[in-house]
Amino acid sequence: MDKHDFVIRFAGEGGQGLVTSADALARAAAHAGYFVQTHSTFPSQIMGGPASSQVRISTTPVLSSGDGVDVLVALNQYAYDHHYEDLNPGGVTVYNAEEYDLPEGGHYFGIKADELAKSTGNARAANMVTIGAVAHLIDFNLKEIDEFITQRFTRGREGDEEIIEANIKAVRLGVDVAKSTGFTVGQLEAPIPPDYDQIVITGNAALSMGAVAAGLDFYVGYPISPATTILVWMENNLWGKNRFVHQVASEIEAINAILGAGFAGKKAMTATAGPGFSLMSEGLGLAWMAEIPLVVTSVQRGGPATGLPTKSEQSDLFTSMHPAHGDIKMPVLAPGSIEECFYAGALATNWAERYQGPVILVTEFGLAERGENIRRPNLDDVSTESRTAVSDGDTDKRYDSWDGTTSLPGMPTPGGPGAYVANGSEHDEIGDTTHLPHHHIRLTKRRFKKVDLLGGAHYEIENAEADTIIMPWGSSKGPAREAYDRLREQGEDIGWLYSVALNPLPEDVKDVLKSGKKIIVPELNYLGQWSAILRMEGYSAESITQYTGMPFRPADLVASIGERIGTGVTT
Amino acid sequence: MSKRNPEYDFAWCPGCGDFGVRRALQVALEGYSVEHEEPQRNNVIVAGIGCSGNMVHLVEGEQPFGIHGIHGRTLPIAFGVKMGRPELNTVVVAGDGDFLSIGAEHLGPAANRNVDITAVIMDNGVYGLTKGQSSPTSEFGAITTSTPLGKIEAPVSPLKNYMAMGVSYIASYYSSKPRVLAKVIQEAMNHRGFSIVHVQSPCTTYNDTYDILKGKPREGIKGLAYDIPEEHNPYSEAAALDILNQPGIPLGVIYKQENTTLQDRYEKLQERAPQRTNDEILDTYLLKI
Repeated sequence: MDKHDFVIRFAGEGGQGLVTSADALARAAAHAGYFVQTHSTFPSQIMGGPASSQVRISTTPVLSSGDGVDVLVALNQYAYDHHYEDLNPGGVTVYNAEEYDLPEGGHYFGIKADELAKSTGNARAANMVTIGAVAHLIDFNLKEIDEFITQRFTRGREGDEEIIEANIKAVRLGVDVAKSTGFTVGQLEAPIPPDYDQIVITGNAALSMGAVAAGLDFYVGYPISPATTILVWMENNLWGKNRFVHQVASEIEAINAILGAGFAGKKAMTATAGPGFSLMSEGLGLAWMAEIPLVVTSVQRGGPATGLPTKSEQSDLFTSMHPAHGDIKMPVLAPGSIEECFYAGALATNWAERYQGPVILVTEFGLAERGENIRRPNLDDVSTESRTAVSDGDTDKRYDSWDGTTSLPGMPTPGGPGAYVANGSEHDEIGDTTHLPHHHIRLTKRRFKKVDLLGGAHYEIENAEADTIIMPWGSSKGPAREAYDRLREQGEDIGWLYSVALNPLPEDVKDVLKSGKKIIVPELNYLGQWSAILRMEGYSAESITQYTGMPFRPADLVASIGERIGTGVTT
Repeated sequence: MSKRNPEYDFAWCPGCGDFGVRRALQVALEGYSVEHEEPQRNNVIVAGIGCSGNMVHLVEGEQPFGIHGIHGRTLPIAFGVKMGRPELNTVVVAGDGDFLSIGAEHLGPAANRNVDITAVIMDNGVYGLTKGQSSPTSEFGAITTSTPLGKIEAPVSPLKNYMAMGVSYIASYYSSKPRVLAKVIQEAMNHRGFSIVHVQSPCTTYNDTYDILKGKPREGIKGLAYDIPEEHNPYSEAAALDILNQPGIPLGVIYKQENTTLQDRYEKLQERAPQRTNDEILDTYLLKI
């Protein structure tokens, strides 16, 4: 039977090459013209512990990590015990027969990958034996794997050819084992290769690239899962004249350093996750109060406290929008796909300059570390905005009253005209402290009014006439979209609403919300944070929540949304 | 600044040591600007929270750029200013509470980096703005509003701390001789690296230490403050430690060290760093195996 997508999962222990296997298969498939998405889950430790890495291969762009698994490679008994329930009907397990045995008669077969690899003369080719078995099960074109092996191991070294030959042989040995069992999970349809240049990239790398494309020139950060790879990316790429990148001593240092840099004229960012974001609270308040352009990327994980450092959760929305004491509502961008991560990285940088203030860019573990093949963005299409400068005759308007009817007065830069004090105390036009009511009133209004300047983020509205509208945010977009498509195919009359910008919401999105339809928000938290915010703003919204540390499965959403439409049950 | 803003609602108490520090800082900033032929607007003052932090608004003459930020975070803010714009003369003003209690964690990293900034610390041994609580430099046993039965923590030794952390320029002075203090601050600004001028700046309301510092010469009572002998070699670590182990408050430059700054080290890295255009970076992700 032809199928248009498959999920292959490698499960075992951290350090067994699970990610490498999934990645190899993903790259071979992407190269063949398929769309791929990887997803890994591992414990918060350097080596060992139960882990898994999977790839979804499809003839159309992949929206989520899918429902179940078609082929499970289980490298130990624990992995089998904990993953076999995820198998789709007809799914097959390939188990590590050197490690354990399963009773005869199940939908599985054992393979002695190490032993077979040794027989090729290259003991390190065990992964390729397994990949060969998987390739046979999904009827994947072996030529693509051969080409993958040839390219991967052609490194201009002596012995390249032998390594290539051994690996190709290993694949064939795996194929033979699978073939002898008679198992198959169906045939992967031929790919429809896209006619544009593609990149294979993770969410964190895409976001970093987007920010730099918009002119980011100052980055400091402190290691924390799952935001560390942004720091590492910057340390490897943010070099050159007038750029600065550095690892600092804490998240408190990070936020305050970008405050100084943003004040001094730089386009500055830091990235962190829950615990670090909590430490940045006071600094974010200062950035809002003193109107300093900067971007803080918050890569969500499970919370509170240390919580689930390497799992999926969307429970930091409240704190992203209201991170500090006082009257504050931060601009928030929450991309929902790898491609959106790129453009949100760029837009966040531009927003900070445009409205002279802090911007929060919220992503999530599942988005940050998964790999996907996407269209290569054209960097010439990325706009770069810079704060308006001030001229010599116009130097006392730094904190002018501003009602939005004129363009925002410029922001002086040290070394230029218009010296002032960026003040965290309430202040007058040039930043002198004053606590008189009229200054607090006029500047509070100014700080909120400025947020209206922020637009241009991607949004989607479909079938808005329906009585019920699905409105996911951030990383739950993919699985929600898949569920929405299936429900529509089933003939359900539901609508779709999605916005990368959560504050401020685009007017078109607000218009749909104002129409009084029932809004259903699938989100990965207990409180139903986005629907609570929507209700606070006067809209009718309820959540479908999940707090397992894992992303939604589209099938689960189809069921839970179906229940809401059918019964009108509310949480 | 108060001339331009009659509504400004902060004032130091009469006799506050910070007046003398203000005079010294103004002279030093003007002197530095003249010496380097730079406009005043190339100076950035990063202020902490507390009485001393208001220095950034109270400096008279041409207004420099300033940040009046968060309690305890002057050093990381100044680090961001300096590494973003290395050509700016970046000066921290903070009190002993701000710098040595809530902000103490930032001292070590600033020293390790030898970031090229100057910190002028006003030490009055008390939290003044919140009306008289115990501070890191309050004496053991001190009776304050928050230690009504006496302080039971040992006082911090700021100069020894700076020395141990590797601060590359350490001076100690008091607020009573602004003209000499101005010279010390200007020299600290000229020092390449992290410099601290630690100033005894008495609080006339809650902790008036003028007499203790200066003594009463007419009555034959010696003060704690003494001039560092001219023959002292500030480049000698041993000589600096000798001074730090003496009782009293030394006046002058205790320690100086020639070392590369973070900017120097960063420029070295730039020479070996990958210099790729954004398109070249993006192309490393092109779909290939």
